[in-house]
Amino acid sequence: MDFDLTPEELAFRDEVRAFLDENLPVRDLREWTRKVREKRWVGFSWPKEVGGGGGTLMQQVILKEEMARRKAPPLGTCFMGLAWVGPALIQYGTEAQKQRFIPDILDGKYQWCTGYSEPGAGSDLASLQCRAVRDGDTYVVDGQKIWTSLAPIAEWMILLVRTSPASETNKHGGITCLLVPMKSPGVEVRPITNMAGTQLFAEVFFTQVRVPLDQRLGDEGQGWEVTVSALANERSSISEVEALVRRLEELEELGRRSVKAGEPALRDPRVRRTLARFETVIEGMRLNGLRFLTKQLKGEPLSSETSINKLHRAELEVAMGDFALELEGLAAPYAGKSPEAIEEGKWQRTALSWPETVIGGGTPNIQKNIIAERILGLPKD
Amino acid sequence: MNFGLSEEQLLLQGAVRAFLDAHCALPEVRRAAAMPQGYDPQVWRQIGELGWPGLLVPEALSGAGLGFIDVALVLEATGQRLLPSPLVSTVLAALALREHGTQAQRAGHLPALARGERIATVALLEREQRLGPEGVGARAERDGAGFVLEGEKAFVHDAGSASLFVVAARASDGVALFLVERGQAGVEASDFPMIDTTKRMGTLRLSGVRVPDDAVLVAPSSGAAALERLLDAGAVAVAAEMVGAAHAAHALTVEYAKTRKQFGESIGRFQGVKHPLAEMYVQIETARSLVYYAAWALDAAPAEAPRSVSMAKAYASEAFARIGIDAIQLHGAIGYTDEYDAQLYLKRSKWARPQFGDADYHYDRIARLGGL
Repeated sequence: MDFDLTPEELAFRDEVRAFLDENLPVRDLREWTRKVREKRWVGFSWPKEVGGGGGTLMQQVILKEEMARRKAPPLGTCFMGLAWVGPALIQYGTEAQKQRFIPDILDGKYQWCTGYSEPGAGSDLASLQCRAVRDGDTYVVDGQKIWTSLAPIAEWMILLVRTSPASETNKHGGITCLLVPMKSPGVEVRPITNMAGTQLFAEVFFTQVRVPLDQRLGDEGQGWEVTVSALANERSSISEVEALVRRLEELEELGRRSVKAGEPALRDPRVRRTLARFETVIEGMRLNGLRFLTKQLKGEPLSSETSINKLHRAELEVAMGDFALELEGLAAPYAGKSPEAIEEGKWQRTALSWPETVIGGGTPNIQKNIIAERILGLPKD
Repeated sequence: MNFGLSEEQLLLQGAVRAFLDAHCALPEVRRAAAMPQGYDPQVWRQIGELGWPGLLVPEALSGAGLGFIDVALVLEATGQRLLPSPLVSTVLAALALREHGTQAQRAGHLPALARGERIATVALLEREQRLGPEGVGARAERDGAGFVLEGEKAFVHDAGSASLFVVAARASDGVALFLVERGQAGVEASDFPMIDTTKRMGTLRLSGVRVPDDAVLVAPSSGAAALERLLDAGAVAVAAEMVGAAHAAHALTVEYAKTRKQFGESIGRFQGVKHPLAEMYVQIETARSLVYYAAWALDAAPAEAPRSVSMAKAYASEAFARIGIDAIQLHGAIGYTDEYDAQLYLKRSKWARPQFGDADYHYDRIARLGGL
């Protein structure tokens, strides 16, 4: 066991730190984005040939960890493009598709959204019904998507459609991946207000939407593989851990300022132990992440074990926000804009926005199914 | 960056598992636990020949010269089998001797401990159950060229079988650690059956025990720090056993969920069964990460060790307490029988939870260390 960085890794970390010292706090977000793009830190894990940074696994970890530690703004602004579309394009895209889309994703020219979930296909995504029928050199799409994050502002969607019925033996067959401009005739977006009061996601309706053949990503019927296997090499979640460490520090700060029944809240053993337990689970996540990273560094692919940290994160996302409101006590319910609200309702936003990560990335119950079936070998549901 | 086991560590782990497979299946464990001394002396002799008690002892003194991570790997495996033996006690006493002993003390005691020819233990706590120097009430009075020890140490692991004790006692200028032999006048030590029959614990009475100056292992000036470190090493040792035992309880339950059929299905198909099994898996893997890191820190990053150790013990204590109970519940009535093995893990979880500090103790310590 050895938790040290090599001299090359240390040099890279110093380079990152020096950059952050010079550029944080950010005054002009566009300026920041231009600079990190110049450094090739946007799409840092992608091959250099497509304009990525070609960073090694350790460099990626170091960069993300340092960024999160300093609460730097994101690397790149095309969130869904960087997370989902780019990796799929790199693996399955034609040369023309790569040239058309990847530079724009890296430059953050516009937003992408992901058309996956449907009213009848959430956790059971493969049962999706949105349909595309071939008509000459175009597909004609009819159907509906829902919970589509960023749909109200996105210019493009990566869309999963059914091009042929699912078979008994292959539920994931017959699904095709299309790249669709949101301005296409027949696309209608109806924003949904979430419980935090923001409109981040939407319903999207498709009526006779025509998509040219050259906007199909991968082969017909390959859509499941295209979107899932591009993400197969899961990350070891180290940057998420750093973000949780920062949040816990803020929660401890809140604890220091809080009063319970006239006494400093930190005199209450339950408050102290709850904070210590958060710290312990976060450290457990960090160490789990390092064990997974070690596996990756040895060239072994990661599989379902990443569900371990997803479950921890889900628990912490919910519990930390909830505990913050508990510390605020009677002042917790004052809405963000009211003069009595603590820190302008910052913790309310945390306590009301966990579903984005907790449900968005596959619900905890689905993660438990994954562990039970794929790792423990229990019979499938 | 490498948070994985080395070739040598994997070999050690494999060898330990192979020995336990051959000699320590649960029927043998039950038989051994029922023996008068609480373990099988034959198996202990073999363990001594394999050098497990001497993992931390330098090679020049008949030991293996390895680190605490190696100890953790061995204890994870013995915990998985619920092996009854004075291994943890002897390893902890050997650690204290290695780190603090004079040359004569080390040469005099460590070879026999390393080979398992002698059993030793640490006697640090008393009835008030306060961990640390403030919990040491036994007195050490200066008396010419030595001390007179007076008091009672409680919750002493393997007090009945140990012939050498590392004893915490309070001198006029602070807490010191002494080496006390079983045969000395005024020493009375015995252990008692526990609900977990694979473990033994008891008391050490010291009634006017005269010890010479060369029985001082750690002087009062550094006694508090040595005591804390020994408690930390003990916490990691027990937590490593807990990870192994929790793993075994989980594996037993997963196997049962695959084979037991109700409503025409394996019960492992039902989410009411599979989800708790998935949660257990998450907790065991996370406890393992925390324990391995704490074991590494004890050797390689002593300044970090207190926080890491407390996290490992707190988390493992909570997780195993839950897993011990859930393993029984998921089995149904069969899990409640004496004949079935699930209950053995539940009992181990009750034994292990308070050893070297429970979750509350360690969470309090983490909060304190974090400046809260």
